[in-house]
Amino acid sequence: MSDTNVVKTIIVDCSPETAYNFWHELDNLPKFMTYLRSVRPVGDQRTHWVAQALGGIEVGWEAETTVDIPNREIAWRALDGSFKHTGSVRFERAPGNRGTLVRVAMDYGESGFLASAMSGILGSDLGRRISHDLRNFKQVLELGEVTQSDASIHEGTHPAQPPDSLPWNTQAESDVRAEEIERSNV
Amino acid sequence: MRANCWVGKNNVQVQNVPDPKILNSHDAIIRVTSTAICGSDLHLFGGFVPTMEIGDVLGHEFMGEVVEVGQNVRTLRRGDRVVVPFPIACGACFSCRRSMFSLCENSNPNAEISETMMGHSVAGVFGYSHMLGGFAGGQAEYARVPFADVGPLKVPDELSDEQVLFLSDILPTGYMGAEMCDIEPGDTVAVWGAGPVGQFAIKSAYLLGAERVIAIDDVEYRLRMAAEKAGAIPINYEFTSVLDTLKELTGGRGPDKCIDAVGMEAHGHGLMYAYDRAKQAVMMETDRPIALREAIMACRNGGVVSVIGVYAGLIDKFPMGSVMNRSLTIRTGQCHVQRYMRPLLERIRKGEIDPSFVITHRMPLEQAPQGFSMFRDKEDNCEKIVLKPH
Repeated sequence: MSDTNVVKTIIVDCSPETAYNFWHELDNLPKFMTYLRSVRPVGDQRTHWVAQALGGIEVGWEAETTVDIPNREIAWRALDGSFKHTGSVRFERAPGNRGTLVRVAMDYGESGFLASAMSGILGSDLGRRISHDLRNFKQVLELGEVTQSDASIHEGTHPAQPPDSLPWNTQAESDVRAEEIERSNV
Repeated sequence: MRANCWVGKNNVQVQNVPDPKILNSHDAIIRVTSTAICGSDLHLFGGFVPTMEIGDVLGHEFMGEVVEVGQNVRTLRRGDRVVVPFPIACGACFSCRRSMFSLCENSNPNAEISETMMGHSVAGVFGYSHMLGGFAGGQAEYARVPFADVGPLKVPDELSDEQVLFLSDILPTGYMGAEMCDIEPGDTVAVWGAGPVGQFAIKSAYLLGAERVIAIDDVEYRLRMAAEKAGAIPINYEFTSVLDTLKELTGGRGPDKCIDAVGMEAHGHGLMYAYDRAKQAVMMETDRPIALREAIMACRNGGVVSVIGVYAGLIDKFPMGSVMNRSLTIRTGQCHVQRYMRPLLERIRKGEIDPSFVITHRMPLEQAPQGFSMFRDKEDNCEKIVLKPH
């Protein structure tokens, strides 16, 4: 991984409260970080993360929430010894009330199996991956779902042609997303 | 279904591809009844636009009948007859709420590519490379249309496909080119390029109050159309100096407003043209800005240069000194089509403009490859080709 320490920001048309609440709900994380299979709580301030690596292998690790300031900031660090990973996300009201600045900082260590598996997942450019995930986050909050094109529906390079098959039940997923957005906006 | 696919430089083929599917809850599927080949498709055809993949379905000017809608679509239903705007826009983001639909922040799944190339990303566009999203285009029997409540415009049955099809791109594009000029009564407007967009820019300039419009091209039949159908004064740059002729027509002052409806593949004469061709061939300059340079040099002091011809990347030898010292304003943009569709439909309905005058050829979708070559080579006085998929 060429970048191990990356900061990326996006502006989302919602309040810091809405953005924070959406991110804080662990089930929401795989909706915009699409390589994540699940994130679930396993005890006091601890979470278990599962990601899908190349070839469909799943890798998992435990993380600890180190900062949680409502409507302002969430930070975490991985607890597995060989996998050095810390991350944070901050929410700040944008000037002119033009939504919320969402700022993500992530740091991945270079050594160990998990780190190399993550590097396979995230690609050679961590910054680009995080930018993409933040755009997904913005789309989920502003539209209720991630915008798909004929080429983007599958990972990797594809011609811009209607896909033969869908990688998952897109319609059902988008229904769930739409419902959850409505709930989280209440 | 059958679809016209890009398979390489100067090569398109009509192939069998899967039928489109609903991928997002705001999608509609359209059975395409009419689609057109755009001048900007020729930039793809010629291999001038990066991030094309073999098999990409082309086409961003199309209309048809709604055959399926996603479950969150509110305003369209099966059987509606619609024209589809070429920029894909969510209707909800910062740009869309300011009516800058071609700058939608949420419609391009490959925003990172477009950001790398241009500094910031732009909206997705049907059938127009992967940096603009990788959306299959409308030169096909069916097409998927995202954000169906935002883009497609329902059109009345009494208007034919040929009267309303160009609301998808070239009529609003030409109109926006004229609108950006802030035309005042008595203005003289010069339009570079007498292709279909240029024709509509000329017409629109008159609709917006220009007193005199001048068309510049080197293709005699296109200049004839500009003169006879759109009412322009033609200048053929093959035979005369454009700058001298424009000065002569304006008492030395220059046209008040200048519109570049040519873009990145301009043709010209002399050393600068040779220089641009050579640099473009080795990708040191992606675009040949011959018309744009001339429009800047020609424009009167304090005038407006409006750019609607498509540029993709970098240009060279840009006369910034002329722009700065002479207080020129440059305005430009991919057309925010959604903003113009309804008012222009009204003008068509009232008979103020009938866009079908640019159509010279009609052919079945299966003949798209011949159509592309014919349009590129300007054979048989070709101005605009409409394809019929069914």
